[in-house]
Amino acid sequence: MNPAIEHPLTRKDFESDQAVRWCPGCGDHALLNQIQKLLPTLGIPREDFAFVSGIGCASRFPYYLDTYGMHAIHGRAPAIASGLKLARPELSVWVVTGDGDALAIGGNHFIHALRRNVGIRIVLLNNRIYGLTKGQASPTTELGEHTKSTPLGNVDRPFDPVALALGAGATFVARALDTDLARLGEVLRRAALHPGTAFVEVLQNCNMFADGSYRALTDRATRDEARIVLEHGRPLVFGAARDKGIRLRGLQAEVVAIGPEGAREDELLVHDERADGGALGFLLAQLAAPGFPVPLGVFRAVELPSCEARHAGLVAAAQARHGRGDLQTLLAGGNSWEIG
Amino acid sequence: MNPAALSANLADVRPGATLIVNSGAFTPANLAKAGYAANPLDDDSLAGYRLLAVDMSGLTATALACCGLGRKETERCKNYFALGMMLCLYGQTPEREIESIRARFGERDPRAAEANVIALRAGYGHAEASEWWAEVPHVSPAQLPPGTYRSLTGNQAIALGCVAAAQRAGLPLFLGSYPITPATEILHELAALKHLDVTTFQAEDEIGGICAAIGAAWGGVLALTTTSGPGMSLKAEALGLAVMLELPLVVVNVQRAGPSTGLPTKVEQSDLLQAIHGRHGECPLPVIAARSPADGFDCALEAFRIAVKYMTPVILLSDGGIANAAEPWRIPTVSDLHGPEVRFHTTTADFAPYARNAELARPWVRPGTPGLEHRIGGLEKDFLSGNISHVPANHQRMVETRAAKVDGVAREIPPTRVDGAADAALLMLTWGGTWGAATQARAAAEAAGKAVAHVHLRHLNPLPPDLGDILQRHRTVLVPELNLGQLSLLLRERYLREVVPLCKVQGRPFMVEEILHRILELA
Repeated sequence: MNPAIEHPLTRKDFESDQAVRWCPGCGDHALLNQIQKLLPTLGIPREDFAFVSGIGCASRFPYYLDTYGMHAIHGRAPAIASGLKLARPELSVWVVTGDGDALAIGGNHFIHALRRNVGIRIVLLNNRIYGLTKGQASPTTELGEHTKSTPLGNVDRPFDPVALALGAGATFVARALDTDLARLGEVLRRAALHPGTAFVEVLQNCNMFADGSYRALTDRATRDEARIVLEHGRPLVFGAARDKGIRLRGLQAEVVAIGPEGAREDELLVHDERADGGALGFLLAQLAAPGFPVPLGVFRAVELPSCEARHAGLVAAAQARHGRGDLQTLLAGGNSWEIG
Repeated sequence: MNPAALSANLADVRPGATLIVNSGAFTPANLAKAGYAANPLDDDSLAGYRLLAVDMSGLTATALACCGLGRKETERCKNYFALGMMLCLYGQTPEREIESIRARFGERDPRAAEANVIALRAGYGHAEASEWWAEVPHVSPAQLPPGTYRSLTGNQAIALGCVAAAQRAGLPLFLGSYPITPATEILHELAALKHLDVTTFQAEDEIGGICAAIGAAWGGVLALTTTSGPGMSLKAEALGLAVMLELPLVVVNVQRAGPSTGLPTKVEQSDLLQAIHGRHGECPLPVIAARSPADGFDCALEAFRIAVKYMTPVILLSDGGIANAAEPWRIPTVSDLHGPEVRFHTTTADFAPYARNAELARPWVRPGTPGLEHRIGGLEKDFLSGNISHVPANHQRMVETRAAKVDGVAREIPPTRVDGAADAALLMLTWGGTWGAATQARAAAEAAGKAVAHVHLRHLNPLPPDLGDILQRHRTVLVPELNLGQLSLLLRERYLREVVPLCKVQGRPFMVEEILHRILELA
């Protein structure tokens, strides 16, 4: 009898015996907490979780979770996880990665995992900096930012991970904030249950090397004006007084005031996470400060056959055509001769 | 031969040999393309050869006049005309080939099938009527042990060997691969075998190919990645991870001429040192090499046996010559095949992820096994628990243990076979695809009255435990290699003895005579 079924799992079951080595105050702690809270509630036996990571602060994650885990090499976790998921489709396979790991050295594996829609969950902790190597610009560091490797200001435009994922054809794309625990937990839960590749960007503060990168989104005084929460089927409304919204003018989004002097609510853009194609999600991903509130929540969630499901279909079709293969027949081939 | 083939290959043809040319192809345009100022069939430049000039194009067209094919289609059939001639010259009957033509084209294009059969028969008949077979030396069928045979290329053999390993182990096979010449056919072969529990994953790049295979190996299936030299360079970091994780993985390197893009379609054996040493850190792994196309089958099985038994990545070296060449292969009986013995660890009592057995192998634990949740990774690990450890003495112990584990693979190597005169002063030592030319060179040397011993190595790392003793028994050791002396370097380092390298790096295999010549100088 599986002990996990006999005794319901608790958060404690997912805590490993290894001391957590992230800096105090690091946003990575929040993700660990949310994951440890989430996993026991999914109805999946503990032994069926596998967490894979690459290199970087975020990639220490598997050590702190008492599941099967692999701390691999820089950028390659999506490829390793893809191989594991194809070999063992019944497992719940997760990748925990960072902005350098996923978008710089591992960019190719990242986009191709999303393209294939292999059933893995990719959680990207985006702190806009290389933390483990102590403060170099990453692919999400903003233009002009001063870091140890860009002392005169960063000259490279950043990737937006959400836009990149949507461009790669991702079927589940979400963004959450490390301090917004309830919404982070909910997004992770939906990611956990998504049948194809689920991508979650977690905006995570590195209090050592890029402190305050998301201050506008987290500070009580500014956050309600700086962020907008995406809700499926609901108009895009934000602001402390919920008095602002996003309206489309042609293909351009604009911020409008709601009310008798401004726009009516039925003029606002209505979020549809199941919209055909990635266009709406991509448009939303373009909303950024300054000028726009930063969207949080699920940008896109559509169900398309996963890579492993398509593969299983090929196997079933091949076996229907040829029967379950026989090794002796295979070795004999179609064209043999006898030597007496 | 047409003019281009004649121009490219004449240098390799012995004086007095028979040249069979398609005189119909010796048109002014073709002669010009091949760089001939005058038609060599008309002057006496080929006087040193027995020349059989046949208008294969014209005769094929005549034979197919009734078939109603277009000019291009007719022209294409001339290869079967040529094959028909060759079958006659070699004393074979055309029936088997006719069956094969019908099997290949019959369903898809019955008209082409019949046209090719007519061309084959016409070529056969032409040669028979011309009575050339009386002039050409008779080639009798190869002497092979009794059995059922088929033809197999090296790439096919490796693909089949991997499937056989997985089937005998009772596990699925997973290939993570990226297309690269000359290894790609292994991917093609395996991609068509989904009904045999084979998963092929055409990755986004070479690194993705090996990493997906590592993930699959972790998941508990037989995992494989296939590539050629440039791809090996890209896979090096992930190979180091596989060494560190101690998971079974087979990496096939179908070597080609390097460095860089080099000569992608040409053969070389210049990745031996890369296979053995080409990773950062102390990163040992077993390396074996196939000697011929059919040998690829046995080597693939052996690579997986070692990988599983010792929980280690294994590199299997092939080369562009072996990959594309075909040879008769005696079809084995499945029950005789010795596959890897897989025992997944499932007991929770006293479980330690890096506890080791007599072979120093750690347990293979599939994710999904209750109660054995643990973490593995590229960081140095504690000797037992596998948790991260920066303890200095632990690192030394782990480095030495991983090395000792790979050295221990020597236990799997049978006593080294010495062919030829075991007491000869000259020993020829070869590895990989030079086996064929070396074997023939030895036979030719013996026929010339020169004694030579020949050892061919399948295991390159570790080397056979009795090799040192064998080397002591011979005054001179000749090492022919398609590189600048990589095995020679290993032998000097390992056994502190001088050897005589014979190096060739022209993108072409050894000619028997090149090796024979050196043997005769040394013996």
